Amino acid sequence: MYKKLLVPVDLAHVDALANALSVAGDLAQHYHAEICYLGVTPTTPTDVAATPAEYEQALRNFADAQAHNHQQAVSVHAVVSPDPVADLDDLVVKAITQVGADLLVMATHLPRHLDAVIPAHGGKIATHTDISVFLVR
Amino acid sequence: MSENNTRDQSENVGIPAPEGRSNLIDTDYVIGQDNVAGSALGFNVDLHGKVFTISALTILLFVIVTLALQNSVGPMFENLRVWLTSNLSWFFLTGANVFALLAVGLIFTPLGKVRLGGQEATPDFSNTGWFAMLFAAGMGIGLMYFGVSEPLSHYASSMGGVASEGGVRTDWAPLGAAADNSDAAMSLGMAATIFHWGLHPWAIYAIVALALALFSFNKGLPLTMRSVFYPVLGERVWGWPGHVIDILAVFATLFGLATSLGLGAQQATSGLSHLFGVANNEVTMVVLIMGITLVALASVMLGVDKGVQRLSQVNMVLAGLLLVFVIIVGPTLLILTGFFDYLISYATHLPALSNPFGREDANFSQGWTAFYWAWWISWSPFVGMFIARVSRGRTVREFLIAVLIIPTLISVLWMTALGGTALDQVVNLGFDGVAAASGDLQLFEMLGNLPLATITSLIAVVLVIVFFVTSSDSGSLVIDAITAGGKVDAPKPQRMFWAIIEGAIAIALLLGGGLTALQAMAVSAGFPFTVVLLVACYAIVKGLMDEPRGA
Repeated sequence: MYKKLLVPVDLAHVDALANALSVAGDLAQHYHAEICYLGVTPTTPTDVAATPAEYEQALRNFADAQAHNHQQAVSVHAVVSPDPVADLDDLVVKAITQVGADLLVMATHLPRHLDAVIPAHGGKIATHTDISVFLVR
Repeated sequence: MSENNTRDQSENVGIPAPEGRSNLIDTDYVIGQDNVAGSALGFNVDLHGKVFTISALTILLFVIVTLALQNSVGPMFENLRVWLTSNLSWFFLTGANVFALLAVGLIFTPLGKVRLGGQEATPDFSNTGWFAMLFAAGMGIGLMYFGVSEPLSHYASSMGGVASEGGVRTDWAPLGAAADNSDAAMSLGMAATIFHWGLHPWAIYAIVALALALFSFNKGLPLTMRSVFYPVLGERVWGWPGHVIDILAVFATLFGLATSLGLGAQQATSGLSHLFGVANNEVTMVVLIMGITLVALASVMLGVDKGVQRLSQVNMVLAGLLLVFVIIVGPTLLILTGFFDYLISYATHLPALSNPFGREDANFSQGWTAFYWAWWISWSPFVGMFIARVSRGRTVREFLIAVLIIPTLISVLWMTALGGTALDQVVNLGFDGVAAASGDLQLFEMLGNLPLATITSLIAVVLVIVFFVTSSDSGSLVIDAITAGGKVDAPKPQRMFWAIIEGAIAIALLLGGGLTALQAMAVSAGFPFTVVLLVACYAIVKGLMDEPRGA
């Protein structure tokens, strides 16, 4: 039913993604689908990589390691943004059409008061795309 | 790595291009290694423990002490400012000359071919969006405030001629003044104004921005002031010397910003009361600052692309409309010929005006020039860091032309149009209203003598407010990045915190009458930063020398 899963990842906080990553792997195996890992990096150096090019390499290494776990085809989509925190939602929505994904699997946190001011990414993205969105808590 | 992974064609879609050659600095430092990350009171945070804590606490302490001990603290800071600008004016003037010469010189050297972000990096913003942000962050409110009042002030003091008492000049005229010679006084007054808003201030910004962009985008160091010191201090920049530099940068930014916000709030309130008869009192100013802080908060949450960039473009359009309007309905011919006349006058007076030693016009060179230089320098970490952040993908030459030459020409045009029109009203048409009004009303008085005064004054008020917002939001982004150890993707509540703090400081000090103290602090922060900038000059040359240059 699903051919290509899009999984946004934050390489600086991989430990927080464990659930989402394993769910994505299981789904991909079930549907024999490909997983595209989406990473967004600022233009400035981060703890993950000193340049956007280095970041893309890190994302590829990450995808390769994931492929080793779930044995499905993987691809990566690295996006450079001058202000990732603010632009993340838009960039994910844009990436969905760019890579032609038909299911979005992403990690999210439990609802909390602050969400009224700063909405969680997952919920906001779901209202702006026509593909299915799977939020993993 | 596994053997069985396959990739399709979708990889690489999002990356503009391989970033090409550049020379990364090899350091053991991991960005954010000294950060405290976690969740406090339901907010996620990720900050540099020492830099954030010390700067936040000191600023809090400063506000409390200033408010509690106004009568003794105010004069103390005022004395500090006077001492710094009078005894060290040679230092500020020499420093600014070094920055201007280096910035202009680099345009013509082969080093200008180096591209920020690596040889194949591409710009993140369109030329107009980029340029709008440079300009809105760099001058903004100041242009609105001083555009009319500064030319008038220099003109009046020049007309007054030289006055001295016991061999010391007591007049405020630039250079040798131009007693009772109206044309010469206009020309000298405009040259002096352009001097303060032309090459030198933009060179100061350009040096900081270039140093930061180079060490961040090309050398892979975090986007904070301390990275610039790497060629000098080596690995020690990640320890206390670096913390001190960053904390200084936060102070300079907050104090410089709050001073501007105070000026802006006063001018916007004056404008509103001039236009609509709104009470020109503290309540209005506080409500205004709160409203503006709310808009800044929204803009900061929308981020650089959707928030700051759009507001800056709105500003450019409004400022452009106001400029064109004044040129058309004002003394058009006088402004257009004045543009070239004053530019020539600026060029001829430049050597004398920028001379740091043996100045006879002490009041002018210390009270105006040294004060301005200190002020621009205290603004430079903020504006420089913001300019750096939006300038990836430009070559050094492109960057310097856009940050140095174009803004200077626009400043000349702006000052000629607004100041020239006001001078024309005073000198040729005999309107006294403009010259007699207080500083924050002179702009509106000048517009009041032109047609459609209500509409243009309203546009002017809106401009002041939007400039206020763009300064506040870009300032918050910068302070957030510094206090997060160079991370630009720290959680959103942090940048919101700084936006609120800026508004709070502006309100507290406005009510407590601490704006002069604040201004004095901003200028005082300019002194250590001049040293920082001189080091940055060395770092830029050294850093650019070992970068690969494009064909």
